[in-house]
Amino acid sequence: MANKFMKNPIQNIAIWIISIIAIVPILLIVINAFKSAPEASSMNFNLPSELRFGNFSTVIEKGKLVHSFLNSITYSSLSSLFCILFSAMAAYVLSRNKTRFNRFIYFFMIMGIALPVNYFTLIDVMKWTELINTKAGIIVLYMVTQIPFSVFILYGFIGGVPKELDEAGVIDGCGPKRLFFSVIFPMLQPAAVTVFILSFLNTWNEFLLPLYYLNSANKWPMTLAVYNFFGQFQQSWNLVSADIILTILPVIIIYLLGQRFIISGMTSGSVKG
Amino acid sequence: MTRRTYPFYFIAIALAFYIIFTVVPSLMGIYLSFTDWNSYAKAIHFIGFDNFKTIFSSDENYLHGIKNTVIFTISTIILKTVIGLLLAVLVNKGIKLQSFHRVIIFMPAIIPMLVVGIIFKSIFHPETGLINEALRAIGLSQWTQHWLTDIDWAFKSIIAVDVWKGVGYIMVILLAGLQAISHTYYEAADIDGAGAFKKFRFITVPLLMPALMVTTVLNLLYGLKIFDTVYVLTNGGPGYATDVVYTQVFSQFSLGSYGVGTALITILFIIMTLLGYFAVKLMSREEQH
Repeated sequence: MANKFMKNPIQNIAIWIISIIAIVPILLIVINAFKSAPEASSMNFNLPSELRFGNFSTVIEKGKLVHSFLNSITYSSLSSLFCILFSAMAAYVLSRNKTRFNRFIYFFMIMGIALPVNYFTLIDVMKWTELINTKAGIIVLYMVTQIPFSVFILYGFIGGVPKELDEAGVIDGCGPKRLFFSVIFPMLQPAAVTVFILSFLNTWNEFLLPLYYLNSANKWPMTLAVYNFFGQFQQSWNLVSADIILTILPVIIIYLLGQRFIISGMTSGSVKG
Repeated sequence: MTRRTYPFYFIAIALAFYIIFTVVPSLMGIYLSFTDWNSYAKAIHFIGFDNFKTIFSSDENYLHGIKNTVIFTISTIILKTVIGLLLAVLVNKGIKLQSFHRVIIFMPAIIPMLVVGIIFKSIFHPETGLINEALRAIGLSQWTQHWLTDIDWAFKSIIAVDVWKGVGYIMVILLAGLQAISHTYYEAADIDGAGAFKKFRFITVPLLMPALMVTTVLNLLYGLKIFDTVYVLTNGGPGYATDVVYTQVFSQFSLGSYGVGTALITILFIIMTLLGYFAVKLMSREEQH
């Protein structure tokens, strides 16, 4: 009994230390985003003499962030929406009609979770499809990179949707499209939300595809804009911090609102539950 | 009925995109890695295994990049698994504010790696960075380092940043695994008089094995593709000390020498296909029970 009593405070202190280590770099950015440039020249936890909200408007103007923000929103939301739509359709048929061929297709598709992108030959494919250096091209590439994992999650979920629903729909005279869109797809909502959030976060955070394929600044997403801004304003850490906050704020809001979905999505496949 | 209710074109759209933008480039890459393909010359010549000979030759720097990638992957797997497991066990015990701590510890995992790199560039700064300032403040100024420009420290610093970012994700997976273990096992062990270590060794570890396998495979696939962290923190420097395969691929891309770059990706492609096959088997075996 005494042992148990002694153990708990230590565990609580340990977990607080870990949490502080996890949050300190983020807090550091928050505090320094409100400082003047000389105050932020040494990035530390001294509080700013006054809260300079002006840093944010300076950053938005100098970094042309409105443009990049809208680009990121467009890339992430459109690619995630198309990804859900096509992945759900594929996962539905693959899960319902488990022929040998379909089982092979399922394995073949979720192998994509592991495969590396070949940036060199992909240029040629992008040229043939006339998608090189276009916004549509980035949306397509983002969608494709998210398809394997999305098919995997949705396939697992559809297994739990009763097949009797399909039969009832067929008896009522639904064609395959109506059956899927008005009966099955609404049932997939929890998994679809998970897939949407995860693929939105992944594409919002992604940096490599635009780095390789977008060479005009007006098509850049937030990640590339923030990287470029950091290159130009390395000396003004207050502005870099403000820029970082604007980049990660949407991600953190989505995380805090949807963390239940994020965690269920990220742990699926490892633990059945 | 099945064929009409579950038409193939439902699969075909996603499948077509996947084949065109993932499978086709990879297969083209296998062929083109045997050529002198570059961005300047129009003609492409077959040159046999020359690109691979270049990569594995000791005069060049590629082996160093491969070695670094392997070191990075192995050390992050070990560190993230050990720390992640400790954290999961800690959070799983009835501590106060359990979900609050889980939310905080997981948070670094959702921030773009690029941004994490920029933040740590400031934290590691030799004069004004948080770490050296803190060390000086507590009188340990002899411990201060040029974390990112000292050849002995740069790669270790990169690994540390990556562990900081990734460990929360591993913790969450292992925590879900721990919570799936039935209490009855521990109760039975209590009756048999097993101690805490024995319970951990003979109940927790074996029952957590599937989750540990998954985190290992995830870390492995992630580690081999590491790029953002290195690119932002050191860009492969000082010199070539922290080069990894993907930073080398990117510099080949910038130089326009596509043949060697494609050969590097093709090597990764073969390794990842094998790992991926194993991963997929693992994930779908889990699905069945």
